Formats: sequence, C-alpha cells, structure tokens
Amino acid sequence: MSAISKDEVARVAALARVALTDEEVTRLAGELDAVASSFARVTSVVTPDLPATSHPVPLTNVLREDVPGPTLDVDELLAGAPAAQDSMFLVPQILGEDSAS
Amino acid sequence: MTALITATAAEQAAALAAGEVSSRELTQAHLERIAVVDGAVNAFLDVDADRALADADAADAARRDGTATSELTGVPVAVKDLFVTRGQVTTAASRILEGWVPPYDATAVTNLRGAHLPILGKTNLDEFAMGGSTEHSAFGRTANPWDLGRIPGGSSGGSAAAVGAYEAPLALGTDTGGSIRQPAAVTGTVGVKPTYGTVSRFGVIAMASSLDTPGPMARTVLDTALLHDVIASYDPLDSTSLTDAPRGMAAVVRAAQQGRDLTGTRVGVIAELDGGHAYQAGVMDSFHAALALLEEAGASIETVSLPNLEYALDAYYLIMPAEVSSNLARYDGMRYGLRVEPTEGPVTAETVMAATRGAGFGDEAKRRIILGTHVLSAGYYDAYYGSAQKVRTLVQRDLNAAFADFDVLVSPTSPVTAYRFGEKDDPMAMYALDVTTIPANLAGIPGMSLPSGLSDDALPVGFQILAPQRADDRLYRVGAVLEAALEERWGGRLLDHAPVLNEAAVAGVRNKKEA
Repeated sequence: MSAISKDEVARVAALARVALTDEEVTRLAGELDAVASSFARVTSVVTPDLPATSHPVPLTNVLREDVPGPTLDVDELLAGAPAAQDSMFLVPQILGEDSAS
Repeated sequence: MTALITATAAEQAAALAAGEVSSRELTQAHLERIAVVDGAVNAFLDVDADRALADADAADAARRDGTATSELTGVPVAVKDLFVTRGQVTTAASRILEGWVPPYDATAVTNLRGAHLPILGKTNLDEFAMGGSTEHSAFGRTANPWDLGRIPGGSSGGSAAAVGAYEAPLALGTDTGGSIRQPAAVTGTVGVKPTYGTVSRFGVIAMASSLDTPGPMARTVLDTALLHDVIASYDPLDSTSLTDAPRGMAAVVRAAQQGRDLTGTRVGVIAELDGGHAYQAGVMDSFHAALALLEEAGASIETVSLPNLEYALDAYYLIMPAEVSSNLARYDGMRYGLRVEPTEGPVTAETVMAATRGAGFGDEAKRRIILGTHVLSAGYYDAYYGSAQKVRTLVQRDLNAAFADFDVLVSPTSPVTAYRFGEKDDPMAMYALDVTTIPANLAGIPGMSLPSGLSDDALPVGFQILAPQRADDRLYRVGAVLEAALEERWGGRLLDHAPVLNEAAVAGVRNKKEA
C-alpha cells in the first residue's frame, strides 16, 4: 500500500467530514503508515480468479406485506435531536450563499 | 458479598423457581454489590435501579401468575452500552452520543424484556466497540476484577468485569473480532460468539456489519447457554438474520455435564495458533493441560494447519475499518447526539458535520474512520478492500476443510493474559493480539472462550473452541465437559480464586470510596 502521508490523511479527513487538528494529522499519518505497511501481504496472496466474500452467510432480501403499521413516536424521536422545530429536525443550511441564488 | 450473588445464574433461577428468593431481592442484592465495588471497577456507564426493580417486580408477578416464559425469568442481566435501550441512555461509550435516549429497543433487549430479565444497567466498552482493552471509552476505563491495574479486555470489557466482579450474573456483549471471547478470557469468565446471524443485530450500534455478532457472557458454560437460548431468534428486522438459529443450548450442556464423555469427538489444534514468540509461556502451559483433560474425556486430539490464517489479521484490519467508516457516517450532528458548530468560517451542514465528528469521536474511532475511508477511496478499493475480501474466502476455505476432519477446532483465546493499563499504546501491538479470535468473525462461525486456569502470572487464561456455522451446540458440549473436568481439578470455579473479590479487598474498596 502506498504511504499514508500527512496530505493523504488531510484529504481523507475532508472526505470523511472529520475536522482534525494539525497534531492529529501528524500523529495519524505516522500510525496509519505503520498499519498500512502490513497490508501488502494481503495483495500478495490473492489471485484474479479467487472469488471475494463480502459476507459470511448468504443474504436474501427481507420483505413484508405493504400494510400500515406503528412507527416511532415523533416527539420521542425528536427529543434526541440536537435541534427540532415544527415536528421536524432543524439542520444547518445545506446550500452556501453562492448556491442560494 | 452474599452467597446469593456468587451463585450461578442457573442456581439463582432455581432459587427463584423454588420461591426461596424473589427477583426483587436478587436484583436489589446485585444493585448493592454494584454500589460497593463499581467505583473501583467502573463496569457500568449507567445504572437505573428504579427501572431494574420494576422489571424485577414484573418478573415476580410472571412467576406467580405462571406466565414466565424462561428458566431465567427474574435473573438480572447487564447490557453492553452498544445495545440501544428504549428510555435509557445509550452512548456506545462515545461523546458523540452522550445523553442520547433511544426511542426503541434492540431485538436482543426485547427478548430479555420478553423473558422478564431485569436490566441492571449499561456496561462500558471501547468507543463503538473499537479496541481490545476498554481503555478507549470516552467515559473512563474499566478495571479487571483480578487486578484493578490491568485491562478487562475489550471491547466488551464492562460486561466481562461486571460478571467477574459479581455485579451481574449475566451480560450481553458483542464480538466483531473477539470482543466477547477475549474479555471473557482475561477475566476468567465464559463468553460465546454465536454463529453470525443467529442473534439479531437490530438495534446493536453497528461497527463492522459483516462481522458484528451479539452474544452471551456469564460465569459458567451453562449460564451462557441459558442466556443464548433467550437472545437467539430469527428477526425480520435484520436482513442478515438466519431463519434456522440453533436453539436448546442449555439442554446440550446439561446432557454433557451428565455424561462427561467426549468419545468420538475429533478436536483439531490449530497449528498456527499453538504457540510462538507472541504467546506467553503460562498461557501455553494452561492450554496444553486443558487439551490433556479433553483427551482423558475421550476426545481425539490432532494438530491441523490452516495456512491462510497468517493473512487473516491483515485482511480484518482492511475490512473492519472500511465498514466502520461507512457505519459511522451516520453520526453527523443532524438527527441525534452531539452537534458542534465551527468556531471559524461559515456554519453550514458540511462544516457542522466536520466539527461535530472532530469533537465527538475519540482517537481510535478517528484512526479507523480515516484508514477505512482511505482504503475505500478511488484507486485503492479493488487493490486492498477487494483483496481482503478474497483473503476472507481463503480463510473460510481453510476452516471448511478443517471441519471436514474435525468436530471442533481449539486454540488459546488470547496469546497473553490481562496486561497493565497503557502497556499497548501502539495500535499495532493491540491489533496483533486479535490473531486468535479474528478468523471466526471473518468466517461467521461460532466460538467460545472458557477459563482453562491461571498463567504463570496468576492471571486467568482462556481456552477457545470453534465450530462450523450453525453448530453452536458443539461449543457447549465440549465446553461443558472441559469445564466440569477443570472444576473438579480446582475444587470449584476458577473465579473463586480471584484475589480482588475476597471480602477484605471489597471492604478496602468500600473504605476508599467513603474516605
């Protein structure tokens, strides 16, 4: 695996939406590089024709009859939210000023 | 400490059935024990005494009315704080969920409530079950009842310590890479990872979905079997739930305890997990002594090689963080949990999300999110995540081939006994200790850890038994016979020898708290 540099940690942190301090970026780059170096062994043992296993048991879709049933209580659900208004989650703006127009 | 709480769950259930004690008295006794020792052990993140006693009253009523549905009705239980519990705080030991009260129950918890097992409280864990020591909790580490300066294992360390310290006779844990079996091993208790898909993951806060497995933890093989029978069920709310979950584990244990005969049982010792420089000498001595007891009981013992096991750890540490990075994306500060606004720049959904996650996740969670996002990002996905899934195929094939010749496979549960806090600060050092337990999670097979004795450092050693998918009964059969032989040798349970649990030590804890 390629080295996990400080730039790569910062890039991935932005993708994952995790704000990291400079100190965290430096520390994680060092720690993850050590972890990543062991992964070359994984690629060395597999062949193109080998099937991948994503899951230990076979998966099948679970369906139910399309009939109305009880749902979670709205007030109970919103009680756990950081902010709520008019029976809805209140979230920060999604579009920036540039996009608003 | 009363005989009431040192009794096994099965003995407590028998006392309830005979009317010698009420569930309220039993639950109260455990709450008092928690009050005395948990300041030192820190097994619990939240204890709701009023609710536990109300549950106990309902259990007493069910026994009186003849509507009790389980042998365990009225026996209290502790629940790892990874299971959501309606009306009771659930945090996954993370600041990002601090104070969150779920509006629903996990299915395993619903099953506990249906069987009327009073829930004493929620137990500590490594944040989002990430770790092997319960040092990575946002709310303080849990101590090992055998030595309060040592780790109780992880991530179900709170559940293991609660059981080991007689704060609860039973507990729920989860096992993603060994998180039930390893803490059971280092606390001298019993833990079972059932076949993947036989205990519902619905309402169990997801870490790595293709690996996570809820399971029972207790002080004896029979007690884990009794709890297993309560929580294993088909659940249409979990798309990975199996319709044919094996049941009747307690009956298997009781039959095995009667016969104590393993004639015809083929036991394979996994060559790759049978010693080496990473294994403590005392661990290996205890393991081989237990093998001799299995042989005395009639089992045939042979060594078997699983050559691809040497790649299992590397594959796990690609697959697990990839699934972690996906599962933990839901903690975005929008619908529940923490919300942190950035101190600089615009306040948008994106900046709030980053600030919330930066402030709310601990070091280990961030490490795994970053690693997982890296291996899933463009250019790396096929090479690393795809290759790891192929290694998973190789590990499964090795295990399937071995199970063609052997009924069960065995190894030490952990290469070492409980280490001191802070001793494994390097993440690679901690990850390497999972080498014995991870193969079962990659393959979805069941595994059990039970105590095999004390190591040269006078700390407990775990003996691991593995069986094919859906053959959980084999764990219980072999485990019950081995446990009976060991207890005969020890003249009782191993846990009776735990030094920190004697009366003087408990009194010391009490005095310290009052000072």
